[in-house]
Amino acid sequence: MRAEARVVAESDGRGGTRLAVLRGESPLLLRRTGRPAGGGVTVHLVGGAAGPLRGDELRLDVVVGPGARLEMLSVAASLALPGRPAPPSRLTVTASVAAGGTLRWLPEPLIAAAGCDHDVVTRVDVAEGGTLLWRDDLVCGRHREASGAVRADTLIRYAGVALYRHELAVGPGAPGWDGAAVLGGGRAIGTVVAAGPQLPGPPVVGADAASMRLAGPGVLATAVGEDIRQVKAALDPWCGAALAPLALV
Amino acid sequence: MHPELHEHGPDEVPHTHPDPGVDPHTPLAGGPRALRIGIGGPVGSGKTALVAALCRALGEEIRLAVVTNDIYTTEDADFLLRNGVLPAERIRAVETGCCPHTAIRDDISANLDAVEDLEEKLGPLDLVLVESGGDNLTATFSKGLIDQQIFVVDVSGGDKVPRKGGPGVTTADLLVINKTDLAPMVGADLSVMDRDAKARRHELPTVFLSLAEDKQATPVADWIRGLVAARV
Amino acid sequence: MSLATLLLLADGRLPSGGHAHSGGLEPQIAAGRVRDVDGLDGFLRGRLATGGLVSAAFAAAACADTGRAAELDVGLDARTPSPALRRASRAQGRALLRAGRAMWPVPAIGREPHQPVALGALAAAAGLTPVEAAVAAAHGTTTGSASAAVRLLGLDPYAVHALLARLAPECDRIAAVAAARSGDPVDELPAAGAPLLDIGAEHHATWEVRLFAS
Repeated sequence: MRAEARVVAESDGRGGTRLAVLRGESPLLLRRTGRPAGGGVTVHLVGGAAGPLRGDELRLDVVVGPGARLEMLSVAASLALPGRPAPPSRLTVTASVAAGGTLRWLPEPLIAAAGCDHDVVTRVDVAEGGTLLWRDDLVCGRHREASGAVRADTLIRYAGVALYRHELAVGPGAPGWDGAAVLGGGRAIGTVVAAGPQLPGPPVVGADAASMRLAGPGVLATAVGEDIRQVKAALDPWCGAALAPLALV
Repeated sequence: MHPELHEHGPDEVPHTHPDPGVDPHTPLAGGPRALRIGIGGPVGSGKTALVAALCRALGEEIRLAVVTNDIYTTEDADFLLRNGVLPAERIRAVETGCCPHTAIRDDISANLDAVEDLEEKLGPLDLVLVESGGDNLTATFSKGLIDQQIFVVDVSGGDKVPRKGGPGVTTADLLVINKTDLAPMVGADLSVMDRDAKARRHELPTVFLSLAEDKQATPVADWIRGLVAARV
Repeated sequence: MSLATLLLLADGRLPSGGHAHSGGLEPQIAAGRVRDVDGLDGFLRGRLATGGLVSAAFAAAACADTGRAAELDVGLDARTPSPALRRASRAQGRALLRAGRAMWPVPAIGREPHQPVALGALAAAAGLTPVEAAVAAAHGTTTGSASAAVRLLGLDPYAVHALLARLAPECDRIAAVAAARSGDPVDELPAAGAPLLDIGAEHHATWEVRLFAS
């Protein structure tokens, strides 16, 4: 299955945001949800079919214009599944945030079901003066199940310079992914990158969680847990704190 | 440097001269580097207490900084800070990865970086004391790191320590036999230690010290004063 | 190519500050994740596949063209989210340069480059090839932590070296992959991360008592 979706958020010129483009196809279906709040709009990924399955080629492009504010959420976790013998499934997400724009990407976790073979490629460009909150949670296998293979490949640029470049591979074919250097016994990991002129202050606490100042204008918060609840416990409050400035506008 | 080898014209490309036999550390801008004195010795012999005493004795009269190599990293630095003998910016702690002797002898890079950083941050210094982590009688400093070394033993190990020798006792530029006030209690004969030290060390000096009684470590401070004066 | 020169560069006795770094092992031992040779096996395989691959690729790239040192350095900053690990990498790069300058005519690449960039520059100055620089990087990734494990856990040194021998073909494979990609644009070079190493390094940096610098 091939599918493409696109969101373009623009300033409406009155302090609010309008969606110039909101287009998707199954399984990448998009819905504008809730009322405009704080000058921003919220879009949910609502899904539309099981998957991604092997062979799927999915692409989502997000564009946030100057002064626009967009929050992207999803209604449920996405589940990477094995499907028929085929090349790996792939989800490519690109996003650009203009100066004065804000993008908050806070989807539910990706679950790597046993036998899946899935690539996630993320490319985000934030212009100088733009604000980003980008979260990715990954769960390695459903309950009491071996992890499938997922490779996440992320590049976030700020003002044209690589701010955060990270690849994470779990499951079969990823040497040592469950060893003490990568995830240990953990089966869930969450990462949040915050970038922009105003960065969240309070540190993330937890035995297997930390927030770290990046070399560029950003902060990474990471948490590893036995399951997703520990990751959420560490990262949700931090994301909440990071959201506060936007809600006040 | 060997300026006598050729003339330096006003428009030449800036360059330095490799000096055979001299360690290849980056020369510091703005003049000669500080005298570096290593202070080594077994665990518990009183190295840190000696450093504290030297800071008290010399801190007002010369420009001084300290690098510590305790195996527990910042512990010795914290001792110096707590005792208020030197401001925090004049103390650097070096981690040694369970191998205090490696950091002062085989791989001195972290210590050299610490010394360089201190000199860069504080400006010209007269003296940097490099205190080794507590080790054993075989631990000595690399000549690539320090100019002179002091080895500290104490009488509570028994009066046989100088006789046993080892590189520290035999070759250190100054041997300090510490805690002489404890000698009667542990049955150590200081004259035996003196005689054995002379036999082992020939012309190299040995001093007896009781930091409990001499809080300025006078004989050691005087020895250092002489070295600093000789460099100026 | 000179095998003896490569051995010099990869020797753990090279005075380049490596002995004071555990490669992230000390915090994982404290967390109870590494207790024995099996635990070390998993740790080293993960480290080799992540930081080892990245180090090897950047060392190979710096060796192939030392003129890229500055952009490679920025690329490693973006791949090293933990400030503690950035400091550790730069401290080791500085120490490595100090040793290298005494041995070979190393070009000026800054005072405190990331360790893989310094390693690549030394390899180039020593007349070594990018794949040799990559081998030295991958090898150093495993041996440094293995040596720390022997010191911290008192593991049988023969068992640890048996493990290192088993990992040697993987080091070669990683180095070959890294060298093959060494000409890629910096953003496309390997970026495999190890979340527990990042998290552990940040916690470790706050300990009052620690034996290793990182």
